[in-house]
Amino acid sequence: MDFWSNFLINLVQGLTTTLQILVISIPLSIITGFILGFARVYGNKIIFYISTGISTTFRGLPLIVTLLILFFGLADLKIYLSPFWASILGFTLCGGSYISEYVKGAIQSIEQGQAEAARALGMNKLQEIIYIILPQTLIRALPGVSNEIIYMIQYSSLSFVIGVKEIFSVAKTFNSLYFRSIEIFTTVAFVYLLLIAIATLVFKIIENKLKIT
Amino acid sequence: MNYISLIEYLPYIFEGLLWSLALVLGGLGIGFTIGLPIGTMITYSDKYTKFILNVYIWIFRSTPLIVLLFLFYWGVFPNIGLKLSPLITSIIVLGLRSGAYQSEIFRGALESIDEGQILAAYSLGMSKIQAIISITIPQALRISIPSLSNEYAILLKDSAICFTIGVLEVLTRARIVSIATGIALIPYLIAGIILMMMTYIGLKFFHTVYKKTVIPGLIEGI
Repeated sequence: MDFWSNFLINLVQGLTTTLQILVISIPLSIITGFILGFARVYGNKIIFYISTGISTTFRGLPLIVTLLILFFGLADLKIYLSPFWASILGFTLCGGSYISEYVKGAIQSIEQGQAEAARALGMNKLQEIIYIILPQTLIRALPGVSNEIIYMIQYSSLSFVIGVKEIFSVAKTFNSLYFRSIEIFTTVAFVYLLLIAIATLVFKIIENKLKIT
Repeated sequence: MNYISLIEYLPYIFEGLLWSLALVLGGLGIGFTIGLPIGTMITYSDKYTKFILNVYIWIFRSTPLIVLLFLFYWGVFPNIGLKLSPLITSIIVLGLRSGAYQSEIFRGALESIDEGQILAAYSLGMSKIQAIISITIPQALRISIPSLSNEYAILLKDSAICFTIGVLEVLTRARIVSIATGIALIPYLIAGIILMMMTYIGLKFFHTVYKKTVIPGLIEGI
């Protein structure tokens, strides 16, 4: 089999793994981000400190260090994660921490009067958060969240350092076999450009659909 | 596991600080040198120049750093006959990438300046280039300091990725130590803490510069 067909077949396999990681970790990080964000605004003192601590830590640590700690570091404590799930955990924690920042900003940008109006209608705090605050937060945090997801697509390439066989690690293997670096890495770069272009387009459409007029 | 030898290796990890600093400052420097002219050109020039520059920005902003590093280290530089060390390659790649991000920052800052100021400069007899250099750019630089501090934090975290091509920065050294001692958690945690500390010290520095240079009356201090 010649180089290109062999490379492209493996590349598609790698792409599948990359997409699997993204499809699992993007929803998880959005959920984590919203939980952390709401905990940081509405939580009591203990919850506030825990959630702020989590988000500060994982925004401060480079993602690559987080991944190495989750995979190699936790093994010292006899906690063994597979590379695949370690990278999903890493992306979820890192992405969730950044998203929580956007969520927090979105909640704080909603004017105070709405909470009082909800109270005047006889809603309790939980109802107010679910029916009044959350829907608006979803829309207001969307530009930040979509930005973060585009970053996650890029940084999914880092999971190769802990041995996940995703698209970049396929490229790296082929580079050491054939040493045709320019063709190999340009192709990979093109795949990422394509993925990000698609994601950008999808988010633009969603943003236009959800705009509060 | 050998915790005593781990202590002996600590200075070795800390030496990596200098390499990380070289990566970040080099990247920021090259990025600034590329980003300021490109940001200015995108704001003020015709649409063809704009299009070409936007393609550069788009490519460097949407390709993962790791792909760029490998492309340049194994592909581009050897093919044009340059034998560059991992450090120099990383600084150039970080710089090119940061240049794309910084030009967006400067474009935003320049666009936020009222167009009336350029008209006022014309009425004082300045040319367009004079107006840009002595009226809008100095203000844009001051406006963009908060975004630049953000860029510094991103660059510092990205500099850890340069460990994949073997730059001897903090994370690479942590990895070497973890292999030598058989302990993984502590060296990586130390590397993480060093990088976090560098982030916060740098952000403090930028905040001080921002406070000193903020344009009176334009934006309230953070």
